[in-house]
Amino acid sequence: MMMFIFRRLIQTIPVVIGVTFVVFFIMQLVPGDPAVLLAGEGASKETVNAIREQLGLNRPLLVQYFDYLLNVFQGDFGTSLKNSQPVLDEIMVRLPITMELAFFSIIITIVLGMAAGIISAVKPYSLTDTSVMLVALLGISLPSFWFGLMMMYFFSVKLQILPVAGWDSILHVILPALTLGAGGAAIVARMTRSSMLEVIRQDYIRTARAKGLREHVIIYKHALRNALIPVITVVGLQFGALLGGTVLVESIFAINGLGRMIVDAIRMRDLPVVQGGVLAASLIFVIVNLFVDVFYRFFNKRIELN
Amino acid sequence: MSEKNSPILEVKGLKTHFFTKHGVSKAVDGIDFTLRKGETLGIVGESGCGKSITSLSILRLIPSPPGKIAGGQVLYKGKDLVTLSEDEMRKIRGNEISMIFQEPMTSLNPVIPVGEQIAEALRLHQGMRKKEAWIKAVEMLRLVGIPSPEKRAKQEPFQLSGGMRQRVMIAMALACTPEVLIADEPTTALDVTIQAQILELIKDLQKKIGMGVIMITHDLGVVSETCDKVAVMYAGNIIEHAPTEKIFTNPKHPYTQGLLNSLPKIHEDQEELQTIEGSVPSPYNLPAGCRFASRCPHQKPLCHLQKPDLIEQNDGVKVRCWMYTDEWTKHTEKEGAVK
Amino acid sequence: MPVEVNTEKSIVITQTINLPKRSKFKDFLSILMVNKAAMVGAMIILFYIFIGLFAPLLAPYNPYEIILEDKLLPPSIDHWMGTDDKGRDILSRILYGSRLSMGVGFAAVAFGSFFGIIFGLVAGYYGKWVDSLIMRMMDVMLAFPGILLALAIISALGPGLMNVTIAVGAFSVPLFARIVRGSTLEVKRLEYIDAIRSLGANDFTIIFKHILPNILSPIIVQGTLRLATAILSAAGLSFLGLGAQPPSPEWGTMLSNGRDFLFSAPYIAIFPGLAISILVLGFNIFGDGLRDAFDPRMKK
Repeated sequence: MMMFIFRRLIQTIPVVIGVTFVVFFIMQLVPGDPAVLLAGEGASKETVNAIREQLGLNRPLLVQYFDYLLNVFQGDFGTSLKNSQPVLDEIMVRLPITMELAFFSIIITIVLGMAAGIISAVKPYSLTDTSVMLVALLGISLPSFWFGLMMMYFFSVKLQILPVAGWDSILHVILPALTLGAGGAAIVARMTRSSMLEVIRQDYIRTARAKGLREHVIIYKHALRNALIPVITVVGLQFGALLGGTVLVESIFAINGLGRMIVDAIRMRDLPVVQGGVLAASLIFVIVNLFVDVFYRFFNKRIELN
Repeated sequence: MSEKNSPILEVKGLKTHFFTKHGVSKAVDGIDFTLRKGETLGIVGESGCGKSITSLSILRLIPSPPGKIAGGQVLYKGKDLVTLSEDEMRKIRGNEISMIFQEPMTSLNPVIPVGEQIAEALRLHQGMRKKEAWIKAVEMLRLVGIPSPEKRAKQEPFQLSGGMRQRVMIAMALACTPEVLIADEPTTALDVTIQAQILELIKDLQKKIGMGVIMITHDLGVVSETCDKVAVMYAGNIIEHAPTEKIFTNPKHPYTQGLLNSLPKIHEDQEELQTIEGSVPSPYNLPAGCRFASRCPHQKPLCHLQKPDLIEQNDGVKVRCWMYTDEWTKHTEKEGAVK
Repeated sequence: MPVEVNTEKSIVITQTINLPKRSKFKDFLSILMVNKAAMVGAMIILFYIFIGLFAPLLAPYNPYEIILEDKLLPPSIDHWMGTDDKGRDILSRILYGSRLSMGVGFAAVAFGSFFGIIFGLVAGYYGKWVDSLIMRMMDVMLAFPGILLALAIISALGPGLMNVTIAVGAFSVPLFARIVRGSTLEVKRLEYIDAIRSLGANDFTIIFKHILPNILSPIIVQGTLRLATAILSAAGLSFLGLGAQPPSPEWGTMLSNGRDFLFSAPYIAIFPGLAISILVLGFNIFGDGLRDAFDPRMKK
């Protein structure tokens, strides 16, 4: 087990390096000369050159990349063009908020999704099953930003029971977490259902019945444990979609998280902030995937003795 | 009748049909047999003849759409299992009537330790506490011949070989000392060398516990080794029902004869293996008359018109064939007269 | 799919490879037709293609024309979906928007699948270090959560529907690559590939004439489902102001606009969202139907 964790950790390193590489080089796609952009309108040639020297923009790209990489490892994610603050500081302020949102959302995804999937699987092709799956289909088809807006309209405006925006109380969490978590819940529901149906057909479930075990024991003890194994990986991947979705949800509900930071930075062309934000989010996702893989492995020791 | 030979399971006119979009499949269409204490009854037939469905019907394990027990009775200790409530049926499963299945590789839950899979039945049916049940489970593993049972009990099925897994299945089935054990092709998926061991084990435990065993198989060799009586099934019906030696020495039904003929004979020089011409009728579309008629070397028009009943002959053998009835002699006389 | 091959007779090989194609298609079509939901999905998709193509003929008003006196009108007989804050007819804008969404969706998926398939085929076929290298690259791309990769690309290239297409296409590449690689590995193991190679076929022929046609089904299923996601992502990026810019009648942009009027004129936001939802639903239903039709377990 420890060997596996170690090996998996080693595997993440090239991925992390790859991510920094991609982030860095995407930023190079920006049309125009960065020194000129930084210097501003009507700056003189000397100013532009001075800036270029100062920031080392005249060095070969690969060298600039390694410089960037080293900085990142030391915690320097660049400086904001708008307020000249270190990007990392801004990230550290915003990150906990996004993590809270992500946490509540993933709970909704897991709980709602698994419950719906199990309910459907236990009575396949019944009315319950068809309706739940229909709702799940809607869940993956509705745009989250629209869904969020619609919910905001109904609950905050029409019914006035939930706050419109902000992040102060638990009430503020409900709509954004639901918006963010619903799509994932739909996917998990579908996956859980198909996995359960697959498992219930297996011989060992027939054996469990032949032993006279009660139905709920068969479902929760015998079937579910096997069925949830593939669902774990799906949940892990959904976390990624969730992190990406914070970009939209935070904008709609005016939450000061990482996602909104990135979007605002793009609008204001504050590229270091975009770079830093995307990098931070990706690193978090890589770490989460690592945990999910280890978690999965813990429950599926059969892979070891393949 | 001595207590040893009292009947514990009586199946009367059992019918299990499947209602699908392709029509109604009459997989089991009128089965009668009796199982006595300490006796081993073999049910033989080719795949699709309904033998597995029969055993699943006894325990009411037929998937309920699309299957349904469409008629008949299964009498166990005076109670008709067909009409019992699901709750009462559960108390019987794994407790008074147990079943072991063909595929030990897939019939055990891969994520639960084998000891637990035995212990849960003990806790449920015998009301044992956790500790008690675990100890008994380990004992059962020892009883079925698994070495280092304390260690093995904590392992998961993938850590055991095929033969060991089947032993675990047997341990699971016998943990609550059932009256009846239904063994559905218990050795088909195992190596030949292990097969003999498992059959020995079942025989031993049967003697110890005194239970009745229904041995379902397509392998006549297994039948000759283990069964006291044999019921031969074809297309959902029993077509011959006799003590084992009589089946082998004097098979009456043409199908049984065909089965025995198709076995390769060591002492003869055979160029080809004998087969029975034709194929089994579809359970969706069964003929009106004798279901074997179209393949039977002795077929007559009578056979296609009406289905013969399962009738007991003078020597105690039951056979479902017009040849052993009075109508037959009348018919052949008539024919002879016409010619 | 496994094909019986008698390696001694080359004629047998070519025949047995060509035969399954026709009956497989008929087979597949009949299963698809039976799946009513899939037909519904197909109808929806065709409907949107239709209204997109014929938007100029169907739209009652000019989607760009600003008539300030008519602003913020609720749905009525004159304007079935009402007007927005600049007096533009929402229905007309939705019709024209179909062109944009479908266009971006198909273009992005075409772009993504093209590169993804090539990467997947090469990785699966050549294996070893080529495989490791390509799949590592794909892993890196997949390490970016959700649309963040697309966001990063947009932030560099600037807003606009073209850039959105590239960005969304880029993040489809690794998904196609993974699926294609997996299928390629499966097909590669079949004996008939060895047989053909022993007859002297070169790598290019093998990959494109023999492997590719046999792995089309998962590609098509994935493609359909990716179309759904691509349209959602593109609309999302436009919603954030990074895609089609106003006054473009792109549905995401319209939604963003409608957000400001959510309390007074909610229909400005409701209809574009509905339009996106139904189209994506259509692709999802159709994709599910396709997947079931291709699933060998469904065939009796």
